[in-house]
Amino acid sequence: MKFRVERDVLADAVTWVARGLPSRPPVPVLAGVLLDVAAEGTVTLSAFDYEVSARMTIPADVSEPGQVLVLGRLLADISRNLPDRPVEVETSGNKVQVTCGSSRFALLLMPVDEYPTLPASPEPSGSVPGDVFTQAVAQVAVAADRGDTLPILTGVRVVIEGEQMTLLATDRYRLAMRTLTWSPGATDASHVALIPARTLSETAKALGAAGAIDLSLGTAAGGEGLVGFEAGSRRTTTRLLDGDYPKVSSIFPSSSDTEAVVSTEELIEAVKRVALVAERNTPVRLKFADGQVAIEAGSGDEAQASEAVECVLTGPEIEIAFNPAFLLDGLHAVGTAHTRFSFTQPSRPAVLSGQAEVDGEADTAYRYVLMPVRFAS
Amino acid sequence: MSRRQFTLPHRVSTEPPDDTGCTVLHVDMDAFFASASLLARPDLRGTPVIIGGSGGRGVVLSATYEARRFGVTSAMPMGRARRLCPSATVLPPDHALYARISKAVMATFRDWTPIVEPLSVDEAFLDVSGALRRSGSPATIAGAIRDRVADEQGITCSVGVAPTKFVAKLASNLAKPDGLVVVPRDEVVPFVHALPVAALWGVGDKTEEVLLRLGLKTVGDIAHTPLDTLRRALGDASGQHLHDLSWGRDPRTVQTLREERSIGADSTFAEDVDDAVYIHRRLLQLSDKVAARMRAAELMGLTVSAKIRFSDFTTVTRARTLHDPTDTSRVIYAAARDLFDGLGLQRARIRLVGVRVSGLIPASTASVQGVLGEPDHGWRDADLAVDRASRRFGAGSVLPASLVTGARSPSRSQDPDLSLP
Repeated sequence: MKFRVERDVLADAVTWVARGLPSRPPVPVLAGVLLDVAAEGTVTLSAFDYEVSARMTIPADVSEPGQVLVLGRLLADISRNLPDRPVEVETSGNKVQVTCGSSRFALLLMPVDEYPTLPASPEPSGSVPGDVFTQAVAQVAVAADRGDTLPILTGVRVVIEGEQMTLLATDRYRLAMRTLTWSPGATDASHVALIPARTLSETAKALGAAGAIDLSLGTAAGGEGLVGFEAGSRRTTTRLLDGDYPKVSSIFPSSSDTEAVVSTEELIEAVKRVALVAERNTPVRLKFADGQVAIEAGSGDEAQASEAVECVLTGPEIEIAFNPAFLLDGLHAVGTAHTRFSFTQPSRPAVLSGQAEVDGEADTAYRYVLMPVRFAS
Repeated sequence: MSRRQFTLPHRVSTEPPDDTGCTVLHVDMDAFFASASLLARPDLRGTPVIIGGSGGRGVVLSATYEARRFGVTSAMPMGRARRLCPSATVLPPDHALYARISKAVMATFRDWTPIVEPLSVDEAFLDVSGALRRSGSPATIAGAIRDRVADEQGITCSVGVAPTKFVAKLASNLAKPDGLVVVPRDEVVPFVHALPVAALWGVGDKTEEVLLRLGLKTVGDIAHTPLDTLRRALGDASGQHLHDLSWGRDPRTVQTLREERSIGADSTFAEDVDDAVYIHRRLLQLSDKVAARMRAAELMGLTVSAKIRFSDFTTVTRARTLHDPTDTSRVIYAAARDLFDGLGLQRARIRLVGVRVSGLIPASTASVQGVLGEPDHGWRDADLAVDRASRRFGAGSVLPASLVTGARSPSRSQDPDLSLP
């Protein structure tokens, strides 16, 4: 096995493929990256940990085809740090030699025959613009649970009905939902998938730069229980989460009594400052009145802070308390100049959505439902 | 400090003790539970009586001095106590009576000084420095308190009078039963120096072993050991602490309000148990009790811990910090049960289980992150309703169905409970 490749091309490919590799894999071979060197001038790099597979094909000047398995993270670190020259990779004995300019590395070969077979290359079910998908995933994944009490809540639920794709996640304290249009392969496409939120955000971020991302779902992904993504020469599959997702349709308040529109940026800054005095598990309190929302935090004799931000109010005034981190997550996620809050009661969930102009309409393609904090007594 | 009794060191002077500056009193009721129970059974006075659960696994809660003479001590298994003193009468504890007397006694203390620090139902520290002008010297006050408790409650107490809490506590211990010991300021150092090391506050079995290995038998030995040596042997903090104590220095003041750090309850099974269902039920009962006490104290806690003691007395404790502070039985039980299940025990014989909640904050400042789709009235409202019913109809009038065991209210467990406040 012998090939020559540009440093940047190699570094980019190994980094992408090895990004999800476990640092302490259950089986040693799973820490490896498989290099499949084909006579027609391509090198396909792949990695797999039984949950996530990643694959990328790059052009290379191949002198001798072959297959090798080497430590993925190590190869990624090495290729990123090499001088900007062509890199030569070849087997010699039980090692792989990596030569670039005057630097030389020798990596131990890992047993290729012990390496698991990657899930088959999925057929796309449709495609979605990269930037839209990345933004949507970021908006929703923020509400996914990070704990381990309810594994299904660590996922983002993707529901596809024809041209409409809905992403949804909740950790029971807040719920984020985003709808977007995509281009399905078949107009009657209908899929439901629960994708681990962390993997999905990483994948969306890594693939978002490409113009379009192909998604493979259901049988197209090479079996139920898998989802595949492909953008350019990068391909990845992820195992889906199993289990019944809780019914969430009743979470969205059907009406609202009070609506308030504030500048997203101003409110973020104010909440961040005021939250400095909110100790662990204590909320920020917001009092929405016509003309301004007063934000305060802190209690007793420790420290207090207060600040006010302009707001346009419709309906009765309302005073409500939120976990500052959850509130900031929502404000960051709406991604528009203004945020519209819809309330019913101080003890019932509030809905955040984005809007471009103060006096415009809310863009309900994205909604962030946030449960308030109440006082025990 | 060890529970052992120490003999009174000989007083150096024969003058009546000078109590100037000895403003800390430690009042300790003599064999409190036993003396109180005998109020209803005057026929048993002067005979050995043991208070405790009479079941096979009962533990001695208290014993009269007549029984103690046979070697019966608190916390001793009842079986052993009966073997030591077969002639003793065993009476079940009457916690309601003890609580009533305790309350009355503490109120009596407050007639002399508002600075009263109750340590448990039957002992308290008093700071009488503000009462001297009105009520006389500390020793006079101590005598008056002893007289009044004996007159009003019919039971005796012992009082230690000293300049510091630590010495006052030692003194009351030495005064027992029905006595008064004053340790004058000038005699504190010779007094403590004559004591064995185990008498010091903070010296348990382990530390005593370390000290004895160094050849330090008395407090005087510690006092004359270089501070650096103590620090090396015991660590910086406890080396310094013991050195201070050995010279009679105790910076603690009498605190009227002791901030509760945790609230918990333990329960020993009548027989070792390996049935998970039975253990879960006991955890529920304990969680219920702890939660009710938290609500009564208007506290909420963030960390739940479960304690499991196996038949061989090895003990494991597991703790979990919750997302929000709680005082709800269900939430505490769910965490305790999870912690227990998480141990993955396979039919291990269990002797005792305990539930404890720490990270306490006043309920008035506690905030709870709501959960989407939660009902308007949750378990906490149910608990509050149970509290109201209990106030009206007595504790245990409303119980989780799995804890109902017939006519008798099971919340007053037949098993001894060593975790009284």
